Amino acid sequence: MMRTVVVAGHGMVGHRLVEALIGRDLQRQWRIVVLAEEARPAYDRVALSSYVDSWDAEALTLPPVADDRVELRLGDPCVRIDRRKRTVRTASGRRVRYDALVLATGSAPFVPPVPGHDLPGCYVYRTPEDLDAIRVAAQRAMQTTVAGRRSGVVVGGGLLGLEAAHALRQLGLSPHVVEIAPRLMPMQVDEGGGALLRRFIEGLGVRVYCGHATAAIEPDRGRMLVRLSDGTELDTDVVVFSAGVRPRDQLARDAGLPVGERGGVLVDASCRTCDDGIWAIGECAAVEGRCYGLVAPGYAMAEVVADRLLDGHATFPGADTATKLKLLGVDVASFGDAHATAEGALEVIHNDPVAGRYAKLVVSDDARTLLGGVLVGDAEAYGTLRALVGAVLPADPGALISPSGGELDAAALPAGAQVCSCHAVTVETIGTAVRDGATTVPALKACTKAGTGCGSCVPMLKKLLATHGVEQSKALCEHFTHSRAELFEIVAATRIRTFSELVAKHGTGRGCDICKPAVASILASLSGVLNPGSHILDGEQAALQDTNDHFLANLQRNGTYSVVPRVPGGEITPEKLIVLGEVARDFGLYTKITGGQRIDLFGARVEQLPAIWRRLVDAGFESGHAYGKALRTVKSCVGTDWCRYGVQDSVGLAIALELRYRGLRAPHKLKSGVSGCARECAEARSKDFGVIATETGWNLYVCGNGGFRPRHADLLVSDVDTQTLVRTIDRFLMFYVRTADRLQRTAPWLEELEGGLDHLRDVIVDDSLGICAELDTAMAAHVAGYSDEWRGVLEDPAKLARFTSFVNAPGVPDPTVEFVEERGQPTPAHRRPGQPVLIAGPTLTVVR
Amino acid sequence: MTAQLQRHWTAVCCYDDLVPERGVAALIDCVAVAVFRTHDGALHALSNMDPFSGASVLSRGIVGDREGRPTVASPIYKQVFELATGICLDDPSVSVPTYPARVSNGVVEVCSS
Repeated sequence: MMRTVVVAGHGMVGHRLVEALIGRDLQRQWRIVVLAEEARPAYDRVALSSYVDSWDAEALTLPPVADDRVELRLGDPCVRIDRRKRTVRTASGRRVRYDALVLATGSAPFVPPVPGHDLPGCYVYRTPEDLDAIRVAAQRAMQTTVAGRRSGVVVGGGLLGLEAAHALRQLGLSPHVVEIAPRLMPMQVDEGGGALLRRFIEGLGVRVYCGHATAAIEPDRGRMLVRLSDGTELDTDVVVFSAGVRPRDQLARDAGLPVGERGGVLVDASCRTCDDGIWAIGECAAVEGRCYGLVAPGYAMAEVVADRLLDGHATFPGADTATKLKLLGVDVASFGDAHATAEGALEVIHNDPVAGRYAKLVVSDDARTLLGGVLVGDAEAYGTLRALVGAVLPADPGALISPSGGELDAAALPAGAQVCSCHAVTVETIGTAVRDGATTVPALKACTKAGTGCGSCVPMLKKLLATHGVEQSKALCEHFTHSRAELFEIVAATRIRTFSELVAKHGTGRGCDICKPAVASILASLSGVLNPGSHILDGEQAALQDTNDHFLANLQRNGTYSVVPRVPGGEITPEKLIVLGEVARDFGLYTKITGGQRIDLFGARVEQLPAIWRRLVDAGFESGHAYGKALRTVKSCVGTDWCRYGVQDSVGLAIALELRYRGLRAPHKLKSGVSGCARECAEARSKDFGVIATETGWNLYVCGNGGFRPRHADLLVSDVDTQTLVRTIDRFLMFYVRTADRLQRTAPWLEELEGGLDHLRDVIVDDSLGICAELDTAMAAHVAGYSDEWRGVLEDPAKLARFTSFVNAPGVPDPTVEFVEERGQPTPAHRRPGQPVLIAGPTLTVVR
Repeated sequence: MTAQLQRHWTAVCCYDDLVPERGVAALIDCVAVAVFRTHDGALHALSNMDPFSGASVLSRGIVGDREGRPTVASPIYKQVFELATGICLDDPSVSVPTYPARVSNGVVEVCSS
């Protein structure tokens, strides 16, 4: 009999509980009913400010938990608990019986009760709807003709307040920040760090008023007047409150459950209230009296409750409130006892306002043990320093934070030091994982989860790998000590055009199945620049190609090939469809529709390929490059021509993009999609580059992936016109082609790219490396140099001669290739004999 | 005294038709054989059958070397075989048959004894 757990609230922490419980409840003990207040499922509230970049709330959505045990009721929050009957009532009047109830109602923004706080034009900063409202107000303000600059006042100068100020600035308003404490971000930074932070923030055009309370807000000729406690008056169009949060504990109060001194549902270290059927997690909970306003402790609480519901004994370990963030481009970090509250604690400070760098370490009274610290302007050392909290310092504290100071050695970290605070992963856990064979950052991420939260510990993971003697060798194979990116630069710079010359001058031996196709790909990527008009099977290059590229078809398990002609954007005429059908019928090919909106013809023997392609080329088809590490397809939805909802011509754009990038050789295959509206029917965000239409242009998403490790693509630029879009994709592709590792798809490439998405944007949008002109030239050369590879083969008798079954018996087909009919089509026969046949149903053993 | 084996040589193709470091498939007494010409001009012949996949494809693999020994990599699952011995270097318990090969009057011949 399954028991029911009701989760009140579907924020990030409630969602984590659902994920954790479903993941661990192997015996299906629990069904989960989630009662959500908001009309949208859980989203990444921590990243709320990024909503201003795209106005696409979908982009914030957390991966849903698809499981028949979970029932998610949106827009129907829990309003009452009946502890005696163990039921809850929802806003719509439904009653749900529970065996366990988990309160995950989060917190509400605190709005100081100043006169005028509820005027129209005053907002909080918590949901996408709040930001929509602020946007509308900002747009309205921009349209009025009153004199003076349009401006917005943010009440509260903490992390969220500064993010809100940034958002207002993006909306075209001139932002003012009012903070009652004497410095910005008073929770995280100290006076010295706050002063430097203020200089940075003011340098960005944000006016800062610290040490002032907001006294009153008054309507003033269509705008508002904000009076500060010292009499200062600020004219403004919008007021945003971000003055902290208060736990939402009313449900518990109404049910007679105790709350903490400063609010919050009082729970013990197992996150349980005094009622043993009711738990509380996240910002609404006061664990042993203390509330936490960060997501990581909330996640830890969710994990504790998931464990407890499955009869475990986990307790909340207390939380690391360390933070590192980039605020309006300024690095700010704080960790441990940042305010030196421990008895006898000493502060060692390095302050360089000229270089824009402030660092403070808090150490024990004997100056040997690190207790905490604050970093502003340069938070490079954060990962190592935070992990060292509580440990004996490996060097003099002053030397550790001086700019010329010693680089901290990751080997000095104690085993128990926490590397990843999001997932509570220690140095010891990483060490064990490395010894068990996780020798790359992605492998460590997969098996320990370290680095998958905020990502700030990724540099530390690299250092730890090095201390374990894992050489992060970029060597391609035994023949080249270079990485693929280095070989690319060598070929581009030296204009070497053959593998033989490259391996003779820069490598050893004769090459192998790793370096040969990699170099073939580099030569092909650069052929537009180095060798216009060349064919991938010209001369020596033919011998470098993997069998797929060598025969311009996809090798299948029985030694036959599949054929995929290009169908740009998935648009095809009836005449061409008929040709495909006739070719498949005449050559006895198995036919299947691919996921990329084209048609795959299987079972062609090598000697049949030229005849098949003669028919296809005559009918106007060309190579689809399904065999190559190259652009595959640009999938599209039907767009404005037909769809009632489409806002742009997605088919037209998809065809244009597919024709532009066809044949481009890359480190790995490239997939793309174009959706004509936000409904995203082309699944563009699962592609290497995906485009989604907006009312006024296009949003470009990059580095998505389906497959083994799915990843949603990230928004690179928004609302751009077609010309800007194409230029940005040109540069994105060429930068990827130039810098990625062999067989590295765009998603892992971005994960390893130093500086991530921001760096990518800097390089290809703002041209921070000054290479955009080169990238543009390279793409222009590719586009100009394109020709159909299959036509090239059909026109060259020497190339055609390679398509034989047996060189001494060209008329004899391979006798090992046999087919049987299945569902009316030919399928390989070879796997049938000896193959076990499943007669009874399989028994599944559950490994715990 | 050694027994004189009856050797039977089958013509495959002109030596000049072989692309260096690329294979061709030939039928030798109804058996598919992969014939390779390495960069130094040497000839190697081994069974075309990839023992890991059961497909007749080794002639379509990439030729290279591993620690100086000439090799071919199966195009299906990429196991590497030494051309001279047929031994799979990724799993030495597996090997494929090899055959003597020679050039006679500019023609490549493979022996099927």
